[in-house]
Amino acid sequence: MSLVFYISSFVAILATIMVITRHDPIHALLYLVASFLAIAVTFLSLGAPFAAALEVIVYAGAIIVLFIFVVMMLNLGKETANQEKGWLRLRVWLGPSILVLVLLAEMIVVLLQPQPTAMPAAVVTPREVSLSLYGEYIIAVELVGFLLMTGIVGAAHIGKHKKKNLHRYLQTYPNLN
Amino acid sequence: MSTVHAHTVLIVAAILFVLGLAGVLTRKNIIFMLISIEIMLNAAGLAFVAAGSRWQQADGQIMYLFILAMAAAEVSVALALVLQIQHQHKTLDVEQLTALKD
Repeated sequence: MSLVFYISSFVAILATIMVITRHDPIHALLYLVASFLAIAVTFLSLGAPFAAALEVIVYAGAIIVLFIFVVMMLNLGKETANQEKGWLRLRVWLGPSILVLVLLAEMIVVLLQPQPTAMPAAVVTPREVSLSLYGEYIIAVELVGFLLMTGIVGAAHIGKHKKKNLHRYLQTYPNLN
Repeated sequence: MSTVHAHTVLIVAAILFVLGLAGVLTRKNIIFMLISIEIMLNAAGLAFVAAGSRWQQADGQIMYLFILAMAAAEVSVALALVLQIQHQHKTLDVEQLTALKD
């Protein structure tokens, strides 16, 4: 399984580089799908089939569909791509990239310090995950339910199209003047 | 076939996280910044799954599940905000969105 891991992680890194350098949002999203699917294969090779299935269903399915719907609703096309091309100059991305590369080098040095340990080849089955999820983690599952509920209510409230959002102190009342 | 070492997986997760961070720092379009945040959350999830697989415990995948739910809630609220911003300001440039009141 190690060859599968190396190939899929290489594909994931390559696709992610393509995501952050594209100008057109739709192209970036399609490379993001490739990146998520490659990470799902990585999960599978690490012995986590449940996480791999969730990655495909939720990330590459639901979240990407949300993004694509919003990009289509906003009608971002050629203009956005040209605007991005104007924004992504060398002097814009050179500084942050160098800083971030320094951080990455430090992290790699720290990770290479201890003795290397091999990953076990055994699989953590969905049965173990779900027994633990609905056993000791049940309170966290309920809290995640609250979080998703607030997410739905917040999105529905914010997404409403109102004419103008004025603070109540700034509103002029017709009966006062 | 050689085995995968634990630090290799963590280095892959670190590279993905750093790529997402570079995306957040260099982009000015809100949509691209949200995409980069998704990349960073995914890299954190990869690190959790790798740790769970290293110790043969289910907790890593459970933490990944919670990260997933958090990412889904976050992205729905953030995309609703993006729709409102485009509706009210007619732009997605973060440098032009400087006023709190409209």
